[in-house]
Amino acid sequence: MVPLWMFLTVAAALFVIGAYGVLARRNAVAVLMSVELMLNAVNINLVAFWRFSDPVASVSGQAFAAFIFVVAAAEAAVGLAIIISVYRSRYSVVVDDVDMLKW
Amino acid sequence: MENFDVGTNLLVIIPEIGLTILAVAILFMDSLLPESRRRSIAYLTFFGMGLIAVFPLMLSPDGETYWGGMIRHDMLSQVFKVIVLLAGSITALVASTTSDLGRKGEFYLIMTVSTLGACLLSSAADIIMIFVALETVSIPLYVLAAFNRQDKRSIESGMKYFLFGSFASAVMLYGFSLLYGFSGQTGLQGIADALRAGAVAEPVSLVIAIVLVFVGFAFKISAVPFHFWTPDVYEGAPTPVTAFISVASKAASFAVLLRFFVAVFPEELSVDGQQMQTFWINLVIAASIVSMTVGNVLALVQTNIKRLLAYSSIAQAGYTLLGVAALQGIASEGVDPAAQGVAAVAYYMLMYTFTNLLAFGVVAIFSDATGSETIADLAGLSRRNRWMALAMTIGLLSLAGIPPAAGFIGKFFLFNAAVSANLEWLAIIGVLNAIVGLYYYLVVIKVIYVDRSADDDKPILLTTPAGVMLGITTIAVIILGVIPQPFFNWALESATSLFS
Repeated sequence: MVPLWMFLTVAAALFVIGAYGVLARRNAVAVLMSVELMLNAVNINLVAFWRFSDPVASVSGQAFAAFIFVVAAAEAAVGLAIIISVYRSRYSVVVDDVDMLKW
Repeated sequence: MENFDVGTNLLVIIPEIGLTILAVAILFMDSLLPESRRRSIAYLTFFGMGLIAVFPLMLSPDGETYWGGMIRHDMLSQVFKVIVLLAGSITALVASTTSDLGRKGEFYLIMTVSTLGACLLSSAADIIMIFVALETVSIPLYVLAAFNRQDKRSIESGMKYFLFGSFASAVMLYGFSLLYGFSGQTGLQGIADALRAGAVAEPVSLVIAIVLVFVGFAFKISAVPFHFWTPDVYEGAPTPVTAFISVASKAASFAVLLRFFVAVFPEELSVDGQQMQTFWINLVIAASIVSMTVGNVLALVQTNIKRLLAYSSIAQAGYTLLGVAALQGIASEGVDPAAQGVAAVAYYMLMYTFTNLLAFGVVAIFSDATGSETIADLAGLSRRNRWMALAMTIGLLSLAGIPPAAGFIGKFFLFNAAVSANLEWLAIIGVLNAIVGLYYYLVVIKVIYVDRSADDDKPILLTTPAGVMLGITTIAVIILGVIPQPFFNWALESATSLFS
């Protein structure tokens, strides 16, 4: 059986890649995708911890992961709607171009 | 599995059920009423939430958890529920006075849902519930910030709020997933018990989890260094939305921050000889100092009144964190600094709600009448409408901490709690910051009363709802400042319930 630490390593790598994407990418849609990557890392963590927990009777880890799916979907829906209205008002979704508000 | 008593469980979430019914009622009114009469939806929201705010007062909390450990029914949650419900109620009145939001039924619907999330957040006792409630607060707020689709600034603020917010909540979730992994539990009490039983051998892994979770909370309360969204969102979002973000989501986040850290990392928990409480308290102290300083210093150079209030709100979060830091205090001679600290935070959030709604209410009415939000354009407000000028002055004095306004008493309780927890030096930094803050608040008051403007002879008329809103908040600020004792005792009672 694949040991727990392998799952955790994959999740940690995904999380770091996602965080890097949020900080480095300039396109709002790419930032949103990076956030989704981070949420998937959390889900891998939760499900792996649940599978290896003792006893497996409690399903709270799985339930948590399911809640994250639902909320991530809602978040993506709202986020994409906001990004579309940004595009309609400026014809760009590059974060650097959206700069009316500063200091 | 113990018996699930539907009756008691439903009774516990009466305010949330009330809000759900209110949301459905708003939805129906929005589709049934003609456009011209939709302003009554605002009044329905105002009275509805005002009525629902009475329910938490009538329930007698027992400190037990309900709904399978998701919700803790204690006094602290009731206090914060009252705060967020009053915030929602008054925000509806602020919104009804503006021409762009006044008749938008969906605005009140989304705001009601966000309030529902804030109510759940104040009583959440399980990391799943904390996450879901936090998102129920945040996702509607992203929509509300971008509500004025014609206004480029509003859309921009919505996008920034969304990108920062979803990032912060993902970081917090990773911390939660680690805590679940360490303990195999999702209930706060369960996690605490597992940690106490020695589920984690290495303090480092817990430290990582604490930092990640703290990032999420620091974002919600707009503490430095996670404050970057605050000025932009406060400036760009429609003013009633700004008012709501600055009070309701902040108050509920402080409630959950207190509950989470007190329950999961209490004083007696030490891993490998390292006391975990010291670590997160130091984190809170650091965030408190930089928030106060950065907020106050950057507020000095602002020219937009909403941006000024944004930086002021970062500073206020710093002051409030002082009360959280007092949790490190050890009870002696009948004085419990920890309880004092929690009570001071609750009292500060109560008075801050009214104060900020008052200040933003005046800004909303003013910018709706004149189309301007710059501080210089407030010149001559005392001659254009002296009641608005008076209300704004009381609001700003309260933010600055001048008696008899409530802000003075609120700051006094916070600094007092810090001192009794042997954090005198931190209290001194707080007082110094309050003096810096005094300057920029007084500048605005000076502009309102002394400066002349070309529009001195153009009066600004107050509508009845606007007058009622300013009246309620002003009177509340004065009452909280003049007779604070009953309210503070109430907060103190709630604080004790957190530890039992």
